[in-house]
Amino acid sequence: MSLTKEQVQHIAILARLKLADEQFDDVVAKLSTIVEFVDQLQSAPTDDVVPMAHPLDQAQRLRDDTVTASNERDRLQQNAPAVEAGYYLVPRVIE
Amino acid sequence: MSTAWETVIGLEIHTQLATTSKIFSGSPTAYGAEPNTQANLVDLGYPGVLPVLNAEVVRMACKFGLAVNARIAPRSVFARKNYFYPDLPKGYQISQYELPIVFDGELQIETAAGDEKRIGITRAHLEEDAGKSVHEGFSQATGIDLNRAGTPLLEIVSEPDLRSASEAIAYMRKIHTIVRYLGISDGNMQEGSFRCDANVSVRPRGQAELGTRTELKNLNSFRFVEKAINYEIERQIDVLEDGGEVVQETRLYDSDKDETRPMRSKEEANDYRYFPDPDLLPVEISEDYIAAVRESLPELPDAKRKRFVDDYGLRPDDAGILILSLPLADFFEATAAATAAAPQVAANWVIGELSAALNRDGVAIADSRIAAGALARLLDRIEDNTISGKIAKEVFEAMWDGEGSADDIIESRGLRQITDSSAIDSVVDAVIAANPGQAAEYRAGKEKLLGFFVGQVMKETQGKANPAQVNEALKRRLKAE
Repeated sequence: MSLTKEQVQHIAILARLKLADEQFDDVVAKLSTIVEFVDQLQSAPTDDVVPMAHPLDQAQRLRDDTVTASNERDRLQQNAPAVEAGYYLVPRVIE
Repeated sequence: MSTAWETVIGLEIHTQLATTSKIFSGSPTAYGAEPNTQANLVDLGYPGVLPVLNAEVVRMACKFGLAVNARIAPRSVFARKNYFYPDLPKGYQISQYELPIVFDGELQIETAAGDEKRIGITRAHLEEDAGKSVHEGFSQATGIDLNRAGTPLLEIVSEPDLRSASEAIAYMRKIHTIVRYLGISDGNMQEGSFRCDANVSVRPRGQAELGTRTELKNLNSFRFVEKAINYEIERQIDVLEDGGEVVQETRLYDSDKDETRPMRSKEEANDYRYFPDPDLLPVEISEDYIAAVRESLPELPDAKRKRFVDDYGLRPDDAGILILSLPLADFFEATAAATAAAPQVAANWVIGELSAALNRDGVAIADSRIAAGALARLLDRIEDNTISGKIAKEVFEAMWDGEGSADDIIESRGLRQITDSSAIDSVVDAVIAANPGQAAEYRAGKEKLLGFFVGQVMKETQGKANPAQVNEALKRRLKAE
Protein backbone atom coordinates (compact mmCIF):
# COMPACT_ATOMS: atom_id res chain seq x y z
CA MET A 1 0.00 0.00 0.00
CA SER A 2 1.29 3.44 -0.92
CA LEU A 3 0.54 6.45 1.20
CA THR A 4 -0.97 9.55 -0.35
CA LYS A 5 0.38 13.02 0.13
CA GLU A 6 -2.80 13.91 2.06
CA GLN A 7 -2.22 11.05 4.50
CA VAL A 8 1.33 12.16 5.12
CA GLN A 9 0.16 15.73 5.62
CA HIS A 10 -2.34 14.50 8.20
CA ILE A 11 0.32 12.45 9.99
CA ALA A 12 2.64 15.45 9.99
CA ILE A 13 -0.04 17.60 11.63
CA LEU A 14 -0.75 14.95 14.29
CA ALA A 15 2.98 14.60 14.97
CA ARG A 16 3.50 18.39 14.96
CA LEU A 17 6.10 18.08 12.19
CA LYS A 18 6.55 20.88 9.71
CA LEU A 19 7.44 19.59 6.26
CA ALA A 20 8.45 21.87 3.44
CA ASP A 21 6.55 21.31 0.16
CA GLU A 22 9.64 20.02 -1.63
CA GLN A 23 10.17 17.38 1.08
CA PHE A 24 6.85 15.68 0.56
CA ASP A 25 7.59 13.49 -2.46
CA ASP A 26 10.63 12.06 -0.72
CA VAL A 27 8.84 11.49 2.63
CA VAL A 28 5.80 9.93 0.94
CA ALA A 29 8.03 7.51 -0.96
CA LYS A 30 10.11 6.55 2.06
CA LEU A 31 7.15 6.11 4.42
CA SER A 32 5.40 4.05 1.75
CA THR A 33 8.26 1.58 1.60
CA ILE A 34 7.95 1.09 5.38
CA VAL A 35 4.19 0.54 5.11
CA GLU A 36 4.70 -1.89 2.24
CA PHE A 37 7.27 -3.76 4.29
CA VAL A 38 4.83 -4.08 7.19
CA ASP A 39 2.07 -5.03 4.74
CA GLN A 40 3.75 -8.39 4.28
CA LEU A 41 2.54 -9.28 7.78
CA GLN A 42 -1.03 -9.05 6.56
CA SER A 43 -0.50 -12.22 4.57
CA ALA A 44 0.45 -14.24 7.67
CA PRO A 45 -2.44 -16.40 8.99
CA THR A 46 -3.31 -15.02 12.46
CA ASP A 47 -6.83 -16.35 13.02
CA ASP A 48 -5.76 -18.58 15.91
CA VAL A 49 -3.19 -16.22 17.36
CA VAL A 50 -3.94 -14.28 20.55
CA PRO A 51 -2.98 -10.64 20.05
CA MET A 52 0.32 -9.92 21.76
CA ALA A 53 0.30 -6.89 24.03
CA HIS A 54 3.94 -7.15 24.98
CA PRO A 55 6.94 -9.17 23.79
CA LEU A 56 7.70 -10.23 27.38
CA ASP A 57 5.40 -13.06 28.31
CA GLN A 58 4.84 -11.77 31.84
CA ALA A 59 2.20 -9.99 33.87
CA GLN A 60 2.45 -6.46 35.21
CA ARG A 61 3.94 -6.19 38.69
CA LEU A 62 2.15 -3.87 41.05
CA ARG A 63 3.47 -1.46 43.65
CA ASP A 64 1.93 -0.64 47.02
CA ASP A 65 -0.12 2.52 47.23
CA THR A 66 2.37 4.55 49.23
CA VAL A 67 4.00 7.89 48.64
CA THR A 68 7.65 7.39 47.83
CA ALA A 69 8.41 10.63 45.98
CA SER A 70 9.31 13.88 47.66
CA ASN A 71 8.85 17.41 46.45
CA GLU A 72 11.69 18.13 44.00
CA ARG A 73 10.13 21.08 42.28
CA ASP A 74 13.06 23.44 42.63
CA ARG A 75 15.51 20.95 41.21
CA LEU A 76 13.22 19.83 38.37
CA GLN A 77 12.29 23.36 37.38
CA GLN A 78 15.94 24.20 36.77
CA ASN A 79 15.46 22.27 33.51
CA ALA A 80 12.48 24.37 32.43
CA PRO A 81 12.94 27.30 30.05
CA ALA A 82 10.46 29.42 32.02
CA VAL A 83 8.74 29.14 35.38
CA GLU A 84 6.68 31.55 37.44
CA ALA A 85 5.10 31.18 40.87
CA GLY A 86 5.77 27.44 40.75
CA TYR A 87 4.14 26.97 37.35
CA TYR A 88 5.87 25.83 34.17
CA LEU A 89 5.28 28.49 31.54
CA VAL A 90 4.36 27.63 27.97
CA PRO A 91 3.34 29.86 25.07
CA ARG A 92 -0.18 31.11 25.65
CA VAL A 93 -2.78 28.43 24.89
CA ILE A 94 -5.80 30.13 23.38
CA GLU A 95 -9.03 28.78 24.84
CA MET B 1 -40.32 19.44 23.39
CA SER B 2 -41.56 17.61 20.34
CA THR B 3 -42.68 14.04 21.02
CA ALA B 4 -41.94 13.02 17.43
CA TRP B 5 -38.28 12.71 18.47
CA GLU B 6 -36.54 10.26 20.73
CA THR B 7 -33.41 11.23 22.64
CA VAL B 8 -30.50 8.82 23.03
CA ILE B 9 -27.82 9.56 25.63
CA GLY B 10 -24.67 7.76 26.73
CA LEU B 11 -22.49 9.04 29.55
CA GLU B 12 -18.76 8.86 30.13
CA ILE B 13 -18.02 9.45 33.80
CA HIS B 14 -14.48 10.12 34.95
CA THR B 15 -14.15 9.31 38.60
CA GLN B 16 -10.93 10.04 40.43
CA LEU B 17 -9.81 7.09 42.50
CA ALA B 18 -9.09 7.87 46.14
CA THR B 19 -5.56 6.52 46.32
CA THR B 20 -2.73 7.97 48.36
CA SER B 21 -0.26 7.91 45.48
CA LYS B 22 -0.56 8.27 41.72
CA ILE B 23 -1.44 5.51 39.29
CA PHE B 24 2.11 5.06 37.92
CA SER B 25 4.34 6.88 40.41
CA GLY B 26 4.93 7.40 44.11
CA SER B 27 3.84 11.06 44.06
CA PRO B 28 1.05 12.07 46.43
CA THR B 29 -2.43 12.86 45.09
CA ALA B 30 -3.61 15.35 47.75
CA TYR B 31 -5.82 18.11 46.40
CA GLY B 32 -4.86 21.75 46.63
CA ALA B 33 -1.08 21.49 47.01
CA GLU B 34 1.23 24.23 45.78
CA PRO B 35 1.71 23.93 41.99
CA ASN B 36 4.10 21.21 40.83
CA THR B 37 5.07 20.09 44.33
CA GLN B 38 3.47 16.69 43.68
CA ALA B 39 4.92 16.03 40.24
CA ASN B 40 8.02 13.88 40.00
CA LEU B 41 10.10 12.52 37.12
CA VAL B 42 7.51 9.95 36.03
CA ASP B 43 4.63 12.46 36.16
CA LEU B 44 6.67 14.96 34.16
CA GLY B 45 7.49 12.41 31.47
CA TYR B 46 11.27 12.57 31.83
CA PRO B 47 13.15 10.31 29.46
CA GLY B 48 14.20 6.91 30.76
CA VAL B 49 11.66 6.59 33.57
CA LEU B 50 9.12 3.78 33.74
CA PRO B 51 5.56 3.69 35.05
CA VAL B 52 4.79 1.12 37.76
CA LEU B 53 1.12 0.36 38.35
CA ASN B 54 -0.46 1.07 41.74
CA ALA B 55 -2.03 -2.11 43.21
CA GLU B 56 -4.81 -0.17 44.90
CA VAL B 57 -6.00 1.21 41.57
CA VAL B 58 -6.53 -2.33 40.28
CA ARG B 59 -8.39 -3.32 43.44
CA MET B 60 -10.66 -0.25 43.23
CA ALA B 61 -11.51 -0.89 39.58
CA CYS B 62 -12.41 -4.51 40.46
CA LYS B 63 -14.60 -3.35 43.33
CA PHE B 64 -16.49 -1.10 40.98
CA GLY B 65 -16.84 -3.84 38.38
CA LEU B 66 -18.28 -6.28 40.88
CA ALA B 67 -20.63 -3.63 42.28
CA VAL B 68 -22.21 -3.10 38.86
CA ASN B 69 -22.40 -6.80 38.03
CA ALA B 70 -19.71 -6.45 35.36
CA ARG B 71 -17.05 -8.82 34.17
CA ILE B 72 -13.46 -8.34 35.30
CA ALA B 73 -10.97 -8.93 32.51
CA PRO B 74 -8.54 -11.72 33.43
CA ARG B 75 -6.05 -9.82 31.28
CA SER B 76 -6.24 -6.13 30.44
CA VAL B 77 -3.82 -3.91 28.59
CA PHE B 78 -2.70 -0.30 28.89
CA ALA B 79 -2.52 1.71 25.70
CA ARG B 80 -1.12 5.07 24.70
CA LYS B 81 -3.60 7.70 23.58
CA ASN B 82 -1.55 10.15 21.58
CA TYR B 83 -2.24 13.87 21.43
CA PHE B 84 -0.37 17.08 22.07
CA TYR B 85 -1.39 19.48 24.79
CA PRO B 86 0.88 21.40 27.17
CA ASP B 87 -0.61 19.79 30.27
CA LEU B 88 0.15 16.30 28.94
CA PRO B 89 3.94 16.09 29.32
CA LYS B 90 4.56 12.76 27.60
CA GLY B 91 2.57 13.58 24.47
CA TYR B 92 0.31 10.63 25.28
CA GLN B 93 -2.05 9.62 28.01
CA ILE B 94 -1.75 6.10 29.39
CA SER B 95 -5.25 4.66 29.14
CA GLN B 96 -6.90 1.38 28.18
CA TYR B 97 -8.42 0.82 24.78
CA GLU B 98 -9.20 -2.62 23.37
CA LEU B 99 -8.94 -4.56 26.63
CA PRO B 100 -10.38 -2.55 29.54
CA ILE B 101 -10.22 -3.94 33.07
CA VAL B 102 -14.03 -3.90 33.54
CA PHE B 103 -16.71 -4.56 30.92
CA ASP B 104 -20.33 -5.66 30.47
CA GLY B 105 -21.89 -4.19 33.59
CA GLU B 106 -25.31 -2.82 34.42
CA LEU B 107 -27.34 -1.01 37.01
CA GLN B 108 -30.97 -0.21 37.65
CA ILE B 109 -32.26 3.34 37.76
CA GLU B 110 -35.67 4.60 38.73
CA THR B 111 -37.33 6.65 35.99
CA ALA B 112 -39.41 9.76 36.59
CA ALA B 113 -42.50 7.56 36.29
CA GLY B 114 -41.18 5.40 39.14
CA ASP B 115 -40.31 2.39 36.98
CA GLU B 116 -37.09 0.39 37.20
CA LYS B 117 -34.91 0.60 34.11
CA ARG B 118 -31.71 -1.28 33.30
CA ILE B 119 -28.79 0.80 32.05
CA GLY B 120 -25.90 -1.08 30.49
CA ILE B 121 -22.32 -0.21 31.39
CA THR B 122 -20.17 -0.93 28.36
CA ARG B 123 -16.84 -0.71 30.13
CA ALA B 124 -14.79 0.96 32.83
CA HIS B 125 -11.13 1.52 32.14
CA LEU B 126 -8.17 2.87 34.06
CA GLU B 127 -6.21 5.89 32.93
CA GLU B 128 -4.08 8.74 34.18
CA ASP B 129 -5.33 12.29 34.49
CA ALA B 130 -3.59 15.21 32.76
CA GLY B 131 -2.25 18.35 34.45
CA LYS B 132 -3.97 21.69 34.68
CA SER B 133 -3.52 24.77 32.48
CA VAL B 134 -3.92 28.17 34.10
CA HIS B 135 -4.61 30.95 31.63
CA GLU B 136 -5.10 33.88 34.00
CA GLY B 137 -2.36 35.66 35.85
CA PHE B 138 0.47 35.24 33.36
CA SER B 139 1.31 37.76 30.67
CA GLN B 140 1.45 36.18 27.22
CA ALA B 141 1.92 32.72 28.73
CA THR B 142 -0.03 29.80 30.14
CA GLY B 143 0.96 28.29 33.47
CA ILE B 144 1.11 24.52 33.80
CA ASP B 145 0.54 22.71 37.09
CA LEU B 146 1.29 19.00 36.81
CA ASN B 147 0.19 17.97 40.31
CA ARG B 148 -2.87 16.29 38.82
CA ALA B 149 -0.89 14.55 36.06
CA GLY B 150 -0.89 10.84 36.81
CA THR B 151 -3.84 10.93 39.21
CA PRO B 152 -5.75 7.66 38.74
CA LEU B 153 -9.09 7.84 36.95
CA LEU B 154 -11.71 5.21 36.27
CA GLU B 155 -13.66 6.13 33.14
CA ILE B 156 -17.10 4.55 33.25
CA VAL B 157 -18.83 4.34 29.88
CA SER B 158 -22.56 3.64 29.67
CA GLU B 159 -24.47 2.07 26.82
CA PRO B 160 -26.64 4.55 24.89
CA ASP B 161 -29.60 3.39 27.01
CA LEU B 162 -30.58 6.72 28.52
CA ARG B 163 -33.59 8.46 26.97
CA SER B 164 -33.80 11.79 28.78
CA ALA B 165 -31.78 14.23 30.84
CA SER B 166 -33.57 13.03 33.98
CA GLU B 167 -32.59 9.41 33.27
CA ALA B 168 -29.01 10.57 32.73
CA ILE B 169 -29.06 12.32 36.11
CA ALA B 170 -30.57 9.27 37.83
CA TYR B 171 -27.82 7.08 36.35
CA MET B 172 -25.10 9.55 37.26
CA ARG B 173 -26.36 9.86 40.84
CA LYS B 174 -26.42 6.09 41.14
CA ILE B 175 -22.81 5.80 40.00
CA HIS B 176 -21.90 8.66 42.32
CA THR B 177 -23.49 6.88 45.28
CA ILE B 178 -21.88 3.54 44.40
CA VAL B 179 -18.32 4.90 44.13
CA ARG B 180 -18.67 6.61 47.49
CA TYR B 181 -20.13 3.49 49.14
CA LEU B 182 -17.20 1.52 47.78
CA GLY B 183 -14.83 4.15 49.14
CA ILE B 184 -13.04 4.29 45.79
CA SER B 185 -13.70 8.00 45.16
CA ASP B 186 -14.72 11.01 47.24
CA GLY B 187 -17.01 12.01 44.34
CA ASN B 188 -16.23 15.68 44.94
CA MET B 189 -17.48 17.48 41.83
CA GLN B 190 -16.14 20.93 42.77
CA GLU B 191 -12.64 19.49 42.96
CA GLY B 192 -13.14 17.57 39.71
CA SER B 193 -13.11 14.11 41.28
CA PHE B 194 -16.31 13.21 39.44
CA ARG B 195 -16.77 14.59 35.93
CA CYS B 196 -19.05 13.72 33.07
CA ASP B 197 -19.15 13.92 29.28
CA ALA B 198 -22.45 13.22 27.55
CA ASN B 199 -23.03 11.81 24.06
CA VAL B 200 -26.38 13.09 22.86
CA SER B 201 -28.36 12.36 19.70
CA VAL B 202 -31.98 12.46 18.62
CA ARG B 203 -33.85 10.33 16.07
CA PRO B 204 -37.42 10.11 14.80
CA ARG B 205 -39.39 8.00 17.27
CA GLY B 206 -39.52 4.42 16.01
CA GLN B 207 -36.33 4.63 13.97
CA ALA B 208 -33.80 1.94 14.89
CA GLU B 209 -30.74 3.70 13.52
CA LEU B 210 -29.09 6.23 15.83
CA GLY B 211 -28.93 9.89 14.88
CA THR B 212 -25.66 11.79 14.62
CA ARG B 213 -24.35 12.51 18.08
CA THR B 214 -22.51 15.39 19.67
CA GLU B 215 -20.28 15.06 22.70
CA LEU B 216 -20.84 17.55 25.51
CA LYS B 217 -17.91 18.38 27.73
CA ASN B 218 -17.34 20.48 30.79
CA LEU B 219 -20.28 19.17 32.80
CA ASN B 220 -19.15 19.52 36.39
CA SER B 221 -22.40 19.43 38.34
CA PHE B 222 -25.60 17.40 38.21
CA ARG B 223 -27.54 20.57 37.38
CA PHE B 224 -25.26 21.45 34.46
CA VAL B 225 -25.51 17.93 33.04
CA GLU B 226 -29.28 18.24 33.02
CA LYS B 227 -29.32 21.75 31.56
CA ALA B 228 -26.68 21.03 28.92
CA ILE B 229 -28.44 17.86 27.73
CA ASN B 230 -31.81 19.58 27.56
CA TYR B 231 -30.33 22.51 25.65
CA GLU B 232 -28.60 20.15 23.24
CA ILE B 233 -31.73 18.04 22.63
CA GLU B 234 -33.71 21.15 21.70
CA ARG B 235 -30.90 22.45 19.53
CA GLN B 236 -30.61 19.20 17.59
CA ILE B 237 -34.38 18.95 17.10
CA ASP B 238 -34.45 22.55 15.84
CA VAL B 239 -31.66 21.78 13.37
CA LEU B 240 -33.42 18.65 12.09
CA GLU B 241 -36.87 20.22 11.90
CA ASP B 242 -35.39 23.06 9.87
CA GLY B 243 -34.17 20.46 7.40
CA GLY B 244 -30.54 20.65 8.51
CA GLU B 245 -28.10 17.99 9.67
CA VAL B 246 -26.48 17.55 13.06
CA VAL B 247 -22.70 17.77 12.81
CA GLN B 248 -20.73 15.21 14.79
CA GLU B 249 -18.58 17.37 17.04
CA THR B 250 -17.50 18.11 20.57
CA ARG B 251 -19.36 20.94 22.23
CA LEU B 252 -18.60 22.81 25.43
CA TYR B 253 -21.32 23.74 27.86
CA ASP B 254 -21.25 27.36 28.98
CA SER B 255 -23.10 27.55 32.30
CA ASP B 256 -23.19 31.37 32.27
CA LYS B 257 -25.05 31.51 28.96
CA ASP B 258 -26.77 28.12 29.43
CA GLU B 259 -25.84 26.96 25.94
CA THR B 260 -23.51 24.53 24.22
CA ARG B 261 -21.15 25.62 21.47
CA PRO B 262 -18.68 23.78 19.29
CA MET B 263 -15.06 23.57 20.37
CA ARG B 264 -12.62 24.89 17.81
CA SER B 265 -11.68 22.12 15.45
CA LYS B 266 -8.01 22.65 16.39
CA GLU B 267 -8.76 21.62 19.96
CA GLU B 268 -10.07 18.36 18.65
CA ALA B 269 -7.80 15.55 17.72
CA ASN B 270 -9.95 12.51 17.19
CA ASP B 271 -7.09 10.55 15.71
CA TYR B 272 -5.43 9.26 18.86
CA ARG B 273 -3.44 6.41 17.27
CA TYR B 274 -3.82 4.10 20.25
CA PHE B 275 -1.29 1.33 20.62
CA PRO B 276 -0.31 -0.95 23.52
CA ASP B 277 2.07 0.84 25.88
CA PRO B 278 5.37 -1.05 25.72
CA ASP B 279 6.31 0.33 29.17
CA LEU B 280 3.57 -1.67 30.84
CA LEU B 281 2.86 -5.39 30.84
CA PRO B 282 -0.66 -6.80 30.69
CA VAL B 283 -2.51 -6.72 34.02
CA GLU B 284 -3.55 -10.23 35.04
CA ILE B 285 -6.30 -10.77 37.56
CA SER B 286 -6.99 -14.22 39.00
CA GLU B 287 -10.31 -15.73 40.06
CA ASP B 288 -9.02 -15.90 43.63
CA TYR B 289 -8.24 -12.22 43.61
CA ILE B 290 -11.72 -11.40 42.32
CA ALA B 291 -13.29 -13.63 44.99
CA ALA B 292 -11.33 -11.82 47.71
CA VAL B 293 -12.40 -8.42 46.40
CA ARG B 294 -16.00 -9.65 46.26
CA GLU B 295 -15.73 -10.63 49.94
CA SER B 296 -14.62 -7.11 50.80
CA LEU B 297 -17.58 -5.35 49.14
CA PRO B 298 -19.72 -3.32 51.53
CA GLU B 299 -23.50 -3.35 51.45
CA LEU B 300 -24.46 -1.42 48.31
CA PRO B 301 -27.10 1.31 48.01
CA ASP B 302 -29.85 -0.85 46.47
CA ALA B 303 -29.45 -3.57 49.10
CA LYS B 304 -29.38 -1.02 51.89
CA ARG B 305 -32.53 0.65 50.64
CA LYS B 306 -34.33 -2.69 50.49
CA ARG B 307 -33.18 -3.56 54.00
CA PHE B 308 -34.32 -0.19 55.36
CA VAL B 309 -37.79 -0.82 53.93
CA ASP B 310 -37.97 -4.51 54.89
CA ASP B 311 -36.33 -4.45 58.33
CA TYR B 312 -37.16 -0.99 59.61
CA GLY B 313 -40.49 -0.53 57.81
CA LEU B 314 -39.41 2.81 56.35
CA ARG B 315 -41.33 4.44 53.54
CA PRO B 316 -39.44 3.62 50.31
CA ASP B 317 -38.97 7.31 49.47
CA ASP B 318 -37.43 8.00 52.86
CA ALA B 319 -35.16 4.97 52.58
CA GLY B 320 -34.14 6.30 49.16
CA ILE B 321 -33.15 9.66 50.64
CA LEU B 322 -31.19 8.14 53.53
CA ILE B 323 -29.13 5.79 51.36
CA LEU B 324 -27.94 8.57 49.04
CA SER B 325 -25.27 9.34 51.61
CA LEU B 326 -23.59 6.54 53.50
CA PRO B 327 -22.83 8.69 56.59
CA LEU B 328 -26.49 9.77 56.69
CA ALA B 329 -27.65 6.14 56.40
CA ASP B 330 -25.23 5.14 59.18
CA PHE B 331 -26.43 8.00 61.37
CA PHE B 332 -30.02 6.86 60.90
CA GLU B 333 -29.15 3.29 61.82
CA ALA B 334 -27.24 4.36 64.92
CA THR B 335 -30.17 6.52 66.00
CA ALA B 336 -32.79 3.86 65.30
CA ALA B 337 -30.76 1.28 67.23
CA ALA B 338 -30.47 3.51 70.29
CA THR B 339 -34.03 4.74 70.66
CA ALA B 340 -37.30 3.22 71.78
CA ALA B 341 -39.08 5.30 69.15
CA ALA B 342 -40.13 3.72 65.85
CA PRO B 343 -37.42 3.66 63.11
CA GLN B 344 -39.69 5.77 60.89
CA VAL B 345 -39.64 8.47 63.58
CA ALA B 346 -35.85 8.34 63.63
CA ALA B 347 -35.84 8.58 59.82
CA ASN B 348 -38.19 11.58 59.91
CA TRP B 349 -35.87 13.43 62.29
CA VAL B 350 -32.68 12.57 60.40
CA ILE B 351 -34.20 13.60 57.05
CA GLY B 352 -36.08 16.56 58.52
CA GLU B 353 -34.65 18.52 61.46
CA LEU B 354 -31.13 17.12 61.35
CA SER B 355 -30.58 17.49 57.59
CA ALA B 356 -32.10 20.98 57.69
CA ALA B 357 -29.74 22.04 60.49
CA LEU B 358 -26.73 20.53 58.70
CA ASN B 359 -27.62 22.30 55.46
CA ARG B 360 -28.43 25.58 57.17
CA ASP B 361 -25.07 25.75 58.95
CA GLY B 362 -23.04 24.01 56.24
CA VAL B 363 -21.98 21.22 58.58
CA ALA B 364 -21.07 17.74 57.32
CA ILE B 365 -22.92 14.85 58.91
CA ALA B 366 -19.62 13.57 60.32
CA ASP B 367 -19.33 16.84 62.27
CA SER B 368 -22.97 16.92 63.37
CA ARG B 369 -23.41 18.92 66.57
CA ILE B 370 -25.87 16.29 67.78
CA ALA B 371 -24.62 12.70 67.92
CA ALA B 372 -26.87 9.79 66.99
CA GLY B 373 -27.06 8.70 70.64
CA ALA B 374 -28.12 12.18 71.75
CA LEU B 375 -30.81 12.36 69.08
CA ALA B 376 -32.01 8.93 70.20
CA ARG B 377 -32.49 10.25 73.79
CA LEU B 378 -34.58 13.13 72.44
CA LEU B 379 -36.79 10.72 70.49
CA ASP B 380 -37.14 8.60 73.65
CA ARG B 381 -38.57 11.61 75.43
CA ILE B 382 -41.22 11.98 72.73
CA GLU B 383 -41.89 8.27 72.85
CA ASP B 384 -42.42 8.22 76.63
CA ASN B 385 -44.60 11.35 76.49
CA THR B 386 -42.16 13.54 78.43
CA ILE B 387 -42.45 16.11 75.66
CA SER B 388 -44.54 16.57 72.52
CA GLY B 389 -43.11 16.44 69.02
CA LYS B 390 -43.53 20.19 68.76
CA ILE B 391 -41.59 20.90 71.95
CA ALA B 392 -38.99 18.38 70.77
CA LYS B 393 -38.13 20.73 67.90
CA GLU B 394 -37.34 23.45 70.43
CA VAL B 395 -35.20 20.98 72.40
CA PHE B 396 -33.47 19.91 69.19
CA GLU B 397 -32.48 23.50 68.36
CA ALA B 398 -31.13 23.97 71.89
CA MET B 399 -29.14 20.74 71.60
CA TRP B 400 -27.81 21.93 68.24
CA ASP B 401 -26.73 25.16 69.92
CA GLY B 402 -24.77 23.17 72.47
CA GLU B 403 -27.00 23.67 75.50
CA GLY B 404 -26.65 20.06 76.62
CA SER B 405 -28.53 16.80 76.42
CA ALA B 406 -32.25 16.48 75.73
CA ASP B 407 -32.94 15.70 79.39
CA ASP B 408 -30.88 18.66 80.63
CA ILE B 409 -32.70 21.05 78.34
CA ILE B 410 -36.14 19.67 79.17
CA GLU B 411 -35.41 20.14 82.88
CA SER B 412 -33.68 23.52 82.71
CA ARG B 413 -36.34 25.03 80.48
CA GLY B 414 -39.24 23.36 82.28
CA LEU B 415 -40.55 21.76 79.10
CA ARG B 416 -41.83 18.57 80.63
CA GLN B 417 -45.20 17.79 79.13
CA ILE B 418 -48.32 18.12 81.28
CA THR B 419 -49.89 14.69 81.38
CA ASP B 420 -51.70 15.06 84.68
CA SER B 421 -55.32 14.72 83.51
CA SER B 422 -56.80 16.79 86.31
CA ALA B 423 -54.44 19.66 85.47
CA ILE B 424 -55.38 19.42 81.79
CA ASP B 425 -59.09 19.23 82.66
CA SER B 426 -58.91 22.42 84.68
CA VAL B 427 -57.22 24.33 81.82
CA VAL B 428 -59.76 22.90 79.39
CA ASP B 429 -62.62 23.98 81.61
CA ALA B 430 -61.19 27.47 81.93
CA VAL B 431 -60.81 27.80 78.17
CA ILE B 432 -64.36 26.62 77.52
CA ALA B 433 -65.67 29.03 80.15
CA ALA B 434 -63.77 31.91 78.56
CA ASN B 435 -65.21 31.21 75.11
CA PRO B 436 -68.92 30.50 75.59
CA GLY B 437 -69.86 31.60 72.05
CA GLN B 438 -67.48 29.17 70.31
CA ALA B 439 -68.49 26.43 72.73
CA ALA B 440 -72.14 26.89 71.77
CA GLU B 441 -71.27 26.80 68.06
CA TYR B 442 -69.26 23.63 68.56
CA ARG B 443 -72.15 21.96 70.27
CA ALA B 444 -74.44 23.11 67.45
CA GLY B 445 -72.31 21.02 65.10
CA LYS B 446 -69.37 23.22 64.07
CA GLU B 447 -66.81 20.61 65.05
CA LYS B 448 -64.01 22.33 63.20
CA LEU B 449 -63.82 24.65 66.19
CA LEU B 450 -62.06 21.91 68.14
CA GLY B 451 -58.83 23.14 66.62
CA PHE B 452 -59.46 26.60 68.01
CA PHE B 453 -59.91 25.16 71.51
CA VAL B 454 -56.79 22.99 71.21
CA GLY B 455 -54.87 26.10 70.23
CA GLN B 456 -56.17 28.02 73.25
CA VAL B 457 -55.26 25.22 75.66
CA MET B 458 -51.78 24.94 74.15
CA LYS B 459 -51.36 28.70 74.49
CA GLU B 460 -52.34 28.53 78.16
CA THR B 461 -49.86 25.73 78.80
CA GLN B 462 -47.01 27.09 76.61
CA GLY B 463 -47.43 24.07 74.36
CA LYS B 464 -46.64 21.65 77.14
CA ALA B 465 -49.98 19.87 77.44
CA ASN B 466 -50.10 16.41 75.90
CA PRO B 467 -51.95 16.96 72.59
CA ALA B 468 -53.78 13.64 72.60
CA GLN B 469 -55.01 14.20 76.14
CA VAL B 470 -56.09 17.77 75.33
CA ASN B 471 -58.12 16.54 72.38
CA GLU B 472 -59.77 13.88 74.44
CA ALA B 473 -60.52 16.23 77.36
CA LEU B 474 -61.95 18.94 75.11
CA LYS B 475 -64.30 16.56 73.34
CA ARG B 476 -65.43 15.12 76.63
CA ARG B 477 -65.93 18.48 78.39
CA LEU B 478 -67.55 20.23 75.44
CA LYS B 479 -70.03 17.43 75.04
CA ALA B 480 -70.73 17.27 78.77
CA GLU B 481 -72.31 20.70 79.09
